[in-house]
Amino acid sequence: MVDVLIIGGGGAGLCAALAAREAGAKVAVLGKTYPTRSQTSMAQGGINAALGNAEEDSIEAHIADTLKSSHGLGSEERIRRLCENGPDAIAWLERLGTPFSRIEGGKVAQRRLGGASAKRACYAQDYTGLKMLHTLYDASLGRGITFYDEYFMLNYIVEDGRVLGVTAIELGSGEVKAIGAKSVVVASGGYGGIYRGFTTNSSASTGDGVAAAMRAGAVLSDMEFIQFHPTALKGSGVLISESARGAGGYLLDSRGERFVDELKPRDEVAAAIWEQLEKEEEVYLDIRHLGERFIEEHLPQERKLAILYEGVDPVRDLLPIKPVAHYTMGGIEVDDRHMTKVEGLFAAGECANAYIHGANRLGGNSLLETVVFGREAGESAAAFAGQNGDRVTASSVQYERDRAFVSAVAGFTNQIDFYEKRDFLGKIFYRNVGILRSEMGLKGVLAAVRQMQKELPFMGIVDKSREFNTNLTEFIEFGNMLELAETILVGAIGRNESRGAHRRADFAQENDEKFYGVHSLSWKEDGVLCNEFGGME
Amino acid sequence: MIKIRIKRFHAAREPQSLEQEWEVKEGATLLESLTEIKCRKDPTLTFRSGCRSSVCGSCAVRVNGKEVLACAYKPKDGDLIEPRRFAPLIKDLVVDEKESFRTIERASGWLERFDQEAVVTPDDEKRTERQSDCILCHSCYSACPVLEVNPAFLGPFALTRVWRYVADPREGDSKTKIDTIQKDGVWDCTLCGECTMVCPQGIDPKNDILMLRARSTQMGHSDPNMGNFGSFGLDF
Repeated sequence: MVDVLIIGGGGAGLCAALAAREAGAKVAVLGKTYPTRSQTSMAQGGINAALGNAEEDSIEAHIADTLKSSHGLGSEERIRRLCENGPDAIAWLERLGTPFSRIEGGKVAQRRLGGASAKRACYAQDYTGLKMLHTLYDASLGRGITFYDEYFMLNYIVEDGRVLGVTAIELGSGEVKAIGAKSVVVASGGYGGIYRGFTTNSSASTGDGVAAAMRAGAVLSDMEFIQFHPTALKGSGVLISESARGAGGYLLDSRGERFVDELKPRDEVAAAIWEQLEKEEEVYLDIRHLGERFIEEHLPQERKLAILYEGVDPVRDLLPIKPVAHYTMGGIEVDDRHMTKVEGLFAAGECANAYIHGANRLGGNSLLETVVFGREAGESAAAFAGQNGDRVTASSVQYERDRAFVSAVAGFTNQIDFYEKRDFLGKIFYRNVGILRSEMGLKGVLAAVRQMQKELPFMGIVDKSREFNTNLTEFIEFGNMLELAETILVGAIGRNESRGAHRRADFAQENDEKFYGVHSLSWKEDGVLCNEFGGME
Repeated sequence: MIKIRIKRFHAAREPQSLEQEWEVKEGATLLESLTEIKCRKDPTLTFRSGCRSSVCGSCAVRVNGKEVLACAYKPKDGDLIEPRRFAPLIKDLVVDEKESFRTIERASGWLERFDQEAVVTPDDEKRTERQSDCILCHSCYSACPVLEVNPAFLGPFALTRVWRYVADPREGDSKTKIDTIQKDGVWDCTLCGECTMVCPQGIDPKNDILMLRARSTQMGHSDPNMGNFGSFGLDF
C-alpha cells in the first residue's frame, strides 16, 4: 500500500507528490488523464513571485495586491504564507530544471499581469504552465513516484470520518478498483467545465474530486465565485492570454474605441465587456500595434489559435472576443495544514479553497498556489501517513456500492439525452450564473438543475462496453457537475450583494456589513445538501 | 457538409475493425467533428481530447497516414481518420500509451543533478526553447519507421527530452544521461526526419538526436554500426 495517494496529476498534484516523496513517503498519483494533459498545461501568463528581477517589487506589495483583489474573502495570514514562499517556489522549480524565460545575466524574466503593482509573473514564453507541468512530470518519473494513469476516481473510501483510499474505474479495462492509502491529497482541478461551450477550461475540468469530497463529508466554500476571463475567442471560448493586454493590447468596442482600462482586475474588465455585449455590440482585442515580431516572439500560441478558430490573424486584424468561465475560486475547505473536514484527506490547487483568491483571483497566483500549497499539502499528507499509518479498511462497502453503480448505469433507460442536457446546462449557466446575475435567473437555473438531477436515472449511456468507455465517464462527470451546480446556485442566490466575480444586477453594491469575510458553505448530511454563510452575524 | 471516414476498433465486436463514413460540417476542426458525432449521432465513438487548444497533447490521430492534432486540423472531404501506430489498440481512436510514455523513464528524461553554479542566459534558454514546447502528443512516435523494426527504440520525443536537459547549463551530470541513451537510442535512428515532419510544435527531434550523437562521441561512445564494419575487416 502507498503512504500518500494523490488524485490528479496537474501542477498541484505533482508538487504534492514530489514533496511527499522528499519527505520519505511512498507516493502514487492517480488521474483520469495522463499528468501532462492536465489543466495546468493551459496556463500561459506566468507564476507570481516578488523577485524584483524586472523592476522593484516586494513581498508586501504582492500581499497587498492579492488581498485587495480578494475583496475581503482572502485570509491575510494564508496570503502572506503564499507570497512569502513565492521566491522559494521559483528556486525549487529552477532546481528541477524548469525552462523559464530569462533576462540578461540569467535571472528569470518577469512581466506584469492585470491587478499587479509590478512585473511579478515569471514566465516561459506563453507556455508557462506547460513547461512547468512537464518539468514536474519528468522529475516525478525520476524520483520513483508511481502513476495510475487513466484511472477515473469515483469516490473516497471513508470509515469513521477518516479517508483510507479511493475507488476508481481503470479506463483501459473498465474495471472498478479500490486503491488504499494512508492519506490522500486531492488535486483534481476546478469545475469550470459546467460552463460547457463558454469556458477556457479543458473538457476534463468537471469537478469530480470536489463533488466526491462533498459526498465524503468535506465542506465546500465560496462555490459561487467563478472567474470570467475577459478575452476568449468569440466562437470557441479558447483563451487569449492576459499577457496580450499586459504587453499593451487594447480592448475596442464596435466603433473601434477603448472603453475600459485593460489592466484592471479580471472581474472589472469582464464586466465592462459584458456590458458592451449586452448592448449587442462587438468587442475586439487589438494587438496589431505590437507588431508581427513581438507577437511571434511573445504570443505565438494566441496567433495560431486565432487563425485556426476565428480565421483572423491578429497581426493584421481585430480579434472578436467574449469573456468566458476561466477559474473557479471556490472549492474544498481546508485548514492550515490543507486538510479537509475528512481526516487524512488533503486538498490543494484549484479544487481547494485556501482563502487566497477570495472573490477574484489575480493572474499568476494560481500557479504559485499549486506549487506552494501543493508542496505543503504533500508534506502534511506524508506526516499524517507517518503518524496514522496502521489503520486499514474494515469493509468493502464503498467498493461494492460503486461497482454496483457502474453496472447499474448500463441499465438506465436513456430516454433523455444527457449530452443535450450538458450543453443546455452550459448555456443557462453562462447566461444566468455568469458575469451578471439576478435572483430570478438564478432561481430558474436552480429549478432546472434540480429537475435534471431527478432525471438522471432516465438519462444514461448508449455505449455498454467495458473498455475505455468515455460515454460512461462523461455521464458520471455530468452527475458530478449537477451536484456542484446546485452548490454554486444556492451560494449565488443567498449572497445578495456584488463582490468580486459575483455580480448581482439586483444588488449592485458590496455589502460589507453583512458579507465582509463571510463564506458560503455547502456540505451533505445523509445525502441532503446543507448550506449556510459561515461567519455571518 | 463533407464526408470523413473513421477507422473503428472494438475487441468484443464482430468484426473487430471497420471503417465508417460520417457527414461533418466543413470548416470545423476534426475534434469538433468527432465531438459532434459522439454527442449527436453515435455515443460509442471513442477518442481522447482535452484542451482544444493544442497544448494538452491528448488528441493526436492519423489522417490519411499523417499524424495531426484533431483540435488543430480541419478535415477535407474523403479524409481517413485512424488511430496512431506502434501502440496496442484499446478502442476506436484510443491506443494504449503506457509503453510509449515509459520511454521517458527508460531514457531518464529529467534533470539528473542540479548544478548550483550554473547561469542560464537568454541564449542558453533559447537553445532548447523549442524542445521544451513538446506536448507529448506522441505524433512523432507514431510516425517513426524505426519502431516498426525495433519496438524497443526509445523514439523521438524521449530523445528530444534528453537533449533538452543535456543542453541545459543546470544539468550537472550529462554523462549519465548520455550513457543511458546508447542502447536502443541515438544510434538506432535512421535520420529520416519523419518525426520532424509531423510535430505540431515545430520540434526537430532528428536534429536533437544528431546533437546527442555528437555529445556521445565527445564522451567516448561510438556508433556501434560503424564498429561492426570494422570488425568485418572492411579496412583492407
